[in-house]
Amino acid sequence: MAKSEAAPALCFGEKTDWLPAAVMAALLALLFVFILYPVVRVLWVSLADEKSQLTFIHFQNFFLRPLFRDALWNSLFSGFLVVLFGSLIAVPLAYITARYEFRGKILLQTLTTLPLVIPPFVGAVAFQQILGRSGTVNLLFMQWFDFTIPFMEGLTGVVLVQTLHFFPFIMLNTAVSLSNIDASLEEMAQSMGCHGFRLFRRVTLPLVLPGFIAGCLLTFIRAIDDLGTPLMLNYKNLLAPQAYLRITTIGIDDVDGYVICAVLVVLSLASLLAARKYLSLAEYATVQGARGVIRPLQGKRLAFVFLFSALALAISLLPHAGIFLLSFSKVWSFSVLPTRLSLDNYAEILFRVPHFIKNTLLYTGLAAGFAVTLGAAIAFLLLRSRLWGRNLLDALATLPLAIPGVVLAVGYIRVFHGWDFPGVGASLTSTWFILVIVYTARRLPYTVRACYAAMQQVHPSLEESAQNLGANRLRTFLRVTMPLISGGLVAGALIAFVTTCVELSSTIMLVPRIEYGPISYGIYVYMQSPLGRGAGAALGVVAILLVAVGTYLTHRVFGGRAASVFRV
Amino acid sequence: MQAAEIRLEKIGKRYGDLWAARAIDLKIERGEFFTLLGPSGCGKTTLLRIIAGFVAPDEGAVFLDDRLVNHVPPWQRDVGMVFQNYALWPHLTVFENVAFGLRERKIARAEVGQRVADALARVGLSAVERRRPSELSGGQQQRVALARTLVVQPRVLLLDEPLSNLDARLRAEMRLELLKLQRDVGITTVYVTHDQEEALALSTRIAVMDSGKVIQEGGPREIYERPRSRFVAEFVGEANLFFGTIKRTGDGCVEVQTDDGFKILAALASFPCAIGKKITLHVRPEAIALAPPGSGSPESNRLNGKVAASVYQGSSVEYEVDIDKRSIRARVSHPGNLFQRGDGVAVVFEPEDVGWMVEQD
Repeated sequence: MAKSEAAPALCFGEKTDWLPAAVMAALLALLFVFILYPVVRVLWVSLADEKSQLTFIHFQNFFLRPLFRDALWNSLFSGFLVVLFGSLIAVPLAYITARYEFRGKILLQTLTTLPLVIPPFVGAVAFQQILGRSGTVNLLFMQWFDFTIPFMEGLTGVVLVQTLHFFPFIMLNTAVSLSNIDASLEEMAQSMGCHGFRLFRRVTLPLVLPGFIAGCLLTFIRAIDDLGTPLMLNYKNLLAPQAYLRITTIGIDDVDGYVICAVLVVLSLASLLAARKYLSLAEYATVQGARGVIRPLQGKRLAFVFLFSALALAISLLPHAGIFLLSFSKVWSFSVLPTRLSLDNYAEILFRVPHFIKNTLLYTGLAAGFAVTLGAAIAFLLLRSRLWGRNLLDALATLPLAIPGVVLAVGYIRVFHGWDFPGVGASLTSTWFILVIVYTARRLPYTVRACYAAMQQVHPSLEESAQNLGANRLRTFLRVTMPLISGGLVAGALIAFVTTCVELSSTIMLVPRIEYGPISYGIYVYMQSPLGRGAGAALGVVAILLVAVGTYLTHRVFGGRAASVFRV
Repeated sequence: MQAAEIRLEKIGKRYGDLWAARAIDLKIERGEFFTLLGPSGCGKTTLLRIIAGFVAPDEGAVFLDDRLVNHVPPWQRDVGMVFQNYALWPHLTVFENVAFGLRERKIARAEVGQRVADALARVGLSAVERRRPSELSGGQQQRVALARTLVVQPRVLLLDEPLSNLDARLRAEMRLELLKLQRDVGITTVYVTHDQEEALALSTRIAVMDSGKVIQEGGPREIYERPRSRFVAEFVGEANLFFGTIKRTGDGCVEVQTDDGFKILAALASFPCAIGKKITLHVRPEAIALAPPGSGSPESNRLNGKVAASVYQGSSVEYEVDIDKRSIRARVSHPGNLFQRGDGVAVVFEPEDVGWMVEQD
């Protein structure tokens, strides 16, 4: 019997068809203009002198200035702390959910993904309200003990907010690795006399480590690239806010901003490549349909698990409660709880200034549509064609994972600002469409991945048998391929939608005018004044609801595999 | 190494309402190659895992060499197991995999190296010590798994369908090697499989299981040639079954009138032959010869029919012969002349080749 070496049914073989080749060329051109070129421009500005000669002088200056050295150090240090504290919460939770069977496990698994639903900068506001200098907790401490704890001051606040937002990434990766270890691997060791902690150290730990490290690296990138949290907490001495401030206050010709962007790209790219390496190491331990080690949990251990989970969840769900409360408050300032409740904030954002929500739905809807269309086309070419340039296409479509939002936004400003785009009659950066473009570019890796995964499930023989029965290429695609991958397409669109509707780091740089701003921008603007906080929170609640519904639908469509898209 | 004797007494294990094992009594002698044979879900793997200590029985007792081991954890049982998926640790090299158990036993470094090399040599794999399991072929992984288990010289070897992931040719080869290895080492072996050929080829004794129970226990020939139930007759090889009533006895022979109207002579020395008793007879396809109609000796059983299908298989030909309303399967080795579909033939088989079982279902 021949192994499945057969050429893919829709492959274009030796004879190159013009249509797929044209699609390939168009895709490459698009990705080049909107992903690669802006990034290269940013890097080039940081590496060129006035005469366009290669120079490292800007980097030298960067490292000579204490302000930037501090920003770099603070970014690395806070990223490390986020990973460390995040692991302390995530690893026990991952172990509990992957290895034990107990009542309420599903509930625990669901609740632990909720921190992802709240955008970190919204969470930051809520934490200010509860743990800030004049927040609920400190006011109570003041009343009772006459002292306060600076939870939210400086770097502490950033680390706190990011830890509680990002720990689910570590948890998901660790839990997946743990449940991918086939029980026989541990049983074999047991039958050879190895048990208890030795078993953990010699077999379990080495098998989980790659997945765990990959999760840590991903969290590290996200923490360093996060612009919204430090801005909201007004802590500026980190790389991302520094880049943002240089470009927005000093101007788009300020070289230092570009140097910071370049440093961010290097850090992100390095972490991403390392994460990929570790994940490919994790793959080898993955057994298809592994029979995981699952034990029942009772008695004292159950009580301990319950306490730990309740504590972790109570703290990480605090912002949800805070933002909800704030959205209904008329005034909540220097008081333990809001003094007066009202619906005014919702009236404001739904009727008086409804454009934030409308814009978000428009932009994210369009971006999700574009991203899925491009993603499907790219996945199709990667899997079913033998055309030249597939590796390049793959690399370009994956690149945005390693490009911080700030950097891509800076690149767009650099490339498109002051250049009348053909057919638009104005520069792209002066229209709202630039936001749709940046969202599409940034989420493309997710949709490509979702489409690729879906299409991979469709064995070429399914298409071949349709063609064998007389269906032409188009009919085959419509009647066989399309229905089979539609779940993947929908999931890809939902993931793009969910992650985009709370995007801030590129939004904040690219919004041309306030009335073009989406929800995330609205929240940022409202939060600048104490009086606007209520309305900002109401927008935050809308954002949370959008993300929650999107996430729920993703899980419905994708099942338990939804999390896999968030792995590199 | 001291090969152990295994005794299972009244073992029962229940998952919800389902008995994976029920009232199982088995005694496996030192050095025996004992096979648990049955369809998937019959409880054979559960029984193996009970012996290994990964599953605690709800009822009954497990003895290794007269020592009750119900509450002894797997790591203190000194029982070696080879898993169906081999369970090679992907993060360790072949050498480290095989050395794992020796390290657990605190064997000196020099001796570890020597014993690992010996174990790998014994399974015919010496050049792959530095490789990772994922770089090996299925057959090589299988050998490493075997070497890893045998190197610690366990008292019992448990094999859970170890050959099922190999392709047909390799399976036949590994079967032979496994047989030689086990006979050389002399270790008590319990082997789980659903493949009757494997069971017959390897075992000194076989227990056929179904629905958590042992249906029949015995040597390979006994199981194949004298199945005591329809389940065993049909699961171990193929069988033509006849249901009928005893009409006449005498001379170590009984005459049975089958329900579908044939008269069959069977040489049933040991059967308590009461006239009028219900009985089920079976004849293996290979015990049946085909002859042109009207030939052959009168002592044989002869049924006239028509060839419904003939399948040429090189060393033999399989026939399906329609006789009245039923069909009979025959396997003719070294075929002289071939019968074609539609040919009239006589199905001939000797009374000595007819087996019986009391069960009537």
